Amino acid sequence: MNVRSQSSGDFLSQALGIPLVRKEDPALLSGRGRYADDLPVASGTLHAHVIRSPHAHAKILKIDAAAALALPGVAAVITGEDVRQLTDPFLIALKAPVHQWSLAVEQVRYVGEAVALVVAESRYVAEDAAELVQVDYDPMEAVTDPLAACDKSAPLLHPACKTNEISVRKFAYGDTAAAFAAADRVIALTVDYPRLSFTPMECYVVVAEYRPHDGSYDVLANFQGPFSTHPVMAKALRVPGTRLRLRIPPDSGGSFGIKLSVSPYVVLAAIAAKITGRPVKWVEDRAEHLAAASSGPNRITRIEAAATLDGRILGLRLDQLEDYGAFLRAPMPGPLYRMQGSVTGAYDIPNVEVTNRIVLTNKMPASLIRGFGGPQLYLAIERLVQRIAVELGLDHLDVIRRNLIPAEKFPYRTAAGALYDSGDYARAVATAIGDGRLDDLKRRRDTARAAGKLYGIGFAAVVEPGMSNMGYLSTLLTADARERAGPKNGAVSMATVNIDPLGGVSVSADVTVQGQGHQTVLSQIVADRLGLDPADIKVTLELDTAKDAWSIAAGTYSCRFSPGTAVAAHIAATRIRGRLAGIAANQLNVLPDDIEFADGQVRSRSNPDNALPFGRVAGTAHWSPVMLPDGMAPGLSETGVWSPPELEPPTSDDRINTSLTYGFIFDMCGVEVDPVTFSVRVDRYVSMHDAGTLLNPLIADGQVHGAFAQGIAAALYEEFVYDENGNFLSGSFADYLVPTVSEIPPLEILHQETPSPLTPLGAKGMAEGNCMSTPACIANAVADALGVKDVSLPLTPLRLHALMAGKP
Amino acid sequence: MRRVNKDERTRISFTLNGRAVSGEAESRMLLTDFLRHVIGATGTHVGCEHGVCGCCTVLIDGVAARSCLTLAVQAEGRAVTTVEGLAAPDGALNALQQAFQRHHALQCGFCTPGILMSFTDYLARNPHPTEDEIRDVLSGHLCRCTGYAGIVAAVRAVSAGNSKQPS
Ligand code: FES
Ligand code: FES
Repeated sequence: MNVRSQSSGDFLSQALGIPLVRKEDPALLSGRGRYADDLPVASGTLHAHVIRSPHAHAKILKIDAAAALALPGVAAVITGEDVRQLTDPFLIALKAPVHQWSLAVEQVRYVGEAVALVVAESRYVAEDAAELVQVDYDPMEAVTDPLAACDKSAPLLHPACKTNEISVRKFAYGDTAAAFAAADRVIALTVDYPRLSFTPMECYVVVAEYRPHDGSYDVLANFQGPFSTHPVMAKALRVPGTRLRLRIPPDSGGSFGIKLSVSPYVVLAAIAAKITGRPVKWVEDRAEHLAAASSGPNRITRIEAAATLDGRILGLRLDQLEDYGAFLRAPMPGPLYRMQGSVTGAYDIPNVEVTNRIVLTNKMPASLIRGFGGPQLYLAIERLVQRIAVELGLDHLDVIRRNLIPAEKFPYRTAAGALYDSGDYARAVATAIGDGRLDDLKRRRDTARAAGKLYGIGFAAVVEPGMSNMGYLSTLLTADARERAGPKNGAVSMATVNIDPLGGVSVSADVTVQGQGHQTVLSQIVADRLGLDPADIKVTLELDTAKDAWSIAAGTYSCRFSPGTAVAAHIAATRIRGRLAGIAANQLNVLPDDIEFADGQVRSRSNPDNALPFGRVAGTAHWSPVMLPDGMAPGLSETGVWSPPELEPPTSDDRINTSLTYGFIFDMCGVEVDPVTFSVRVDRYVSMHDAGTLLNPLIADGQVHGAFAQGIAAALYEEFVYDENGNFLSGSFADYLVPTVSEIPPLEILHQETPSPLTPLGAKGMAEGNCMSTPACIANAVADALGVKDVSLPLTPLRLHALMAGKP
Repeated sequence: MRRVNKDERTRISFTLNGRAVSGEAESRMLLTDFLRHVIGATGTHVGCEHGVCGCCTVLIDGVAARSCLTLAVQAEGRAVTTVEGLAAPDGALNALQQAFQRHHALQCGFCTPGILMSFTDYLARNPHPTEDEIRDVLSGHLCRCTGYAGIVAAVRAVSAGNSKQPS
């Protein structure tokens, strides 16, 4: 069912808002994709293989590469010493002596850390040579548990920091002490969010070339952005940004945040190219990817609510301890701060105190991952809301509804400073439970329970931010430190529309391809403005930092496409349209206001027979610039730039509007837990989304299905496991369980469209939601089924068995 | 039986999508690497190199096989079919490919070639599978983007002979 409210889109044609199939697909279905490893490389290109640490924590005593270098075909073995001489450590968001280079320098801090790079004429030879490199280590005590790492006696990851808990920030919004004093009950819970990754099927690829005549690097990498990392890479290479040309391949085999972290390897391959004087290519393999590419941060949240007896939440306290592994890579600690404005979730809670702590442990560095802080936050909030219901003897859904932000309060400013643009949460919930859906779940539960089975119902209500404020991370700093560093805010999006002399329309934009279908949606947006068929619009998204319009916000992450780049394309196309209307009005002898664009024509609205083919009008701008109306600039190329003013810097009291748009998701599900095997079966799952105006419902549903599968993965299957000595135990797809089709239950998707008033298209970010809502919803259902308080993800049979052992 | 020495480069010849191809490789070279980097047929993808993900699935004499677990020399004299062989010579997509597009069965498209090849083999042997059978075959593949829903719908549609209609 599709609940459509009025669209603010002002769509001209049938191009936008329809479930158009993707223009990307024919090539991808025919083996004609152009992924990073498919592209031709210069002859003479060398191939690299990374030697990695088998230890979680050790001093590097000696690296002996003599035997490897003697092997025919080996060009170089590069070590941390080379890297220290030729590069600077990566900049981090925090003033702390946490120095990371692209190879380990002096010591290793996690299993899988890159220790040396072998460069040879083929990958096979490089791997042979790697076996001949002798690395001597002096192992040290490791710490992997975040709480243990905070202990004074814990081994230090970075001794110069004098602690592993490298940042503690406390925030107070409203009068939380008064709320707790006024509360009937205080309900508390501690929640653990595990480490996992969404492991794109394509691993990292980098091809780097050094250009000695101007000391520049030309690098192709399947990097996803944010391009705020570009200056970090350039600084590490000690070059101005213009001397690090970064090119993104036309296709990418998925990303989900993970391909930000190819950035250290961009620097490493660049240095290898400089050292060897030849282009260097590196293709990561799956074992490396699992051990060392990237992980979402694990988080321990202690959360408590000041509640009234009828379940109204007066105030919240959260203590969030986030474990970033061995280093704090830029732009970390993003996940801990990206949700800062929406730390109260979907609820009208005026008082909240937050403590954010960052700890380092001997695990792979954590970084971007789809959901980006949302899954961790909502597991805590939504579990707490369920506990409030249980402890007060109330209905879980009633407690949710009692606390949801009422529709009449939008636009709504949260306690922590987010400006929720639009929403009607109560109506979304009513629709989702309606049509007998909730009754059906209850019937299933009652039938199952009557038969002695363990069955539970779960709910989750979450707010999904889209398009991050580039200033949110500075909330990490105190107001004084922010003042000194200069203000940070906003988020600039850019897209360019170009029209050739025959009227051919091409589009480029500041996003990286990862499979979302941006080419299709951009072609819909531009076609809508110009009265053309989306099939006629050529969209090329191979971002090239040397030639394309981009800002520090560029890239594909944090749902910035629909509220950001899509709008920039709309702006560019609208401007081009104005220009063409002026030209056509001149030629058709009508006023520009009377011009319409439809069916490949530019014509008079009042007299559609008075028309010119689109290509002819475009041709005029190219061939006869002197015929243009007075004052009109020649040329038919426009770059739309979109910078919404609502993305203000943090206030002096740390309130921050972390994102531009805020969608809403309400999930409910029924699960059955097998009393013997303790495996969890999701019996029915319903997910209601309000992401504003949908630009392409087919693609939107695809994003929901994909995020849902990842939410199921996080809830039930995937976890990076380390033992207490830091040994990595999930090093293959046989140990790290990515769900197959057999593990993904059916999903019923519902939509409500409450347009965002803050973007011209009314569209909000929408691709991460179920990564946030589904783990919480399933955890609530399992807690309901088993009647337990503490449920840790992933809810594997082993865990549940341990949890239930000893219970009657 | 043909003998090849460990360090020797040998010439390997087989038919790829109906055309004779040939190239030199060491005996240890994987079929994935040979297809992609010697022949230049990059439609076959590598997702794990340990036989789990299914991205690299090709047909060898009509039977689906993991090319990451196959040595190039093992393809000598055989008929190899890859994703590049599915569309008509003029580029027109076949029914399975069309159904994938119509049902949004791919996002990044990295897993897609392997899945198409598995079902090309399977549907040839069982043209009208049940949904359970479709899921069974698909469970030999990992896709990180789609959640599999579109893929199941696409194969169902094509096996029902109505790839034109979204179900
Ligand atoms: S690459 Fe062959 S199965 Fe994964
Ligand atoms: S479409 Fe991306 S992995 Fe399947």
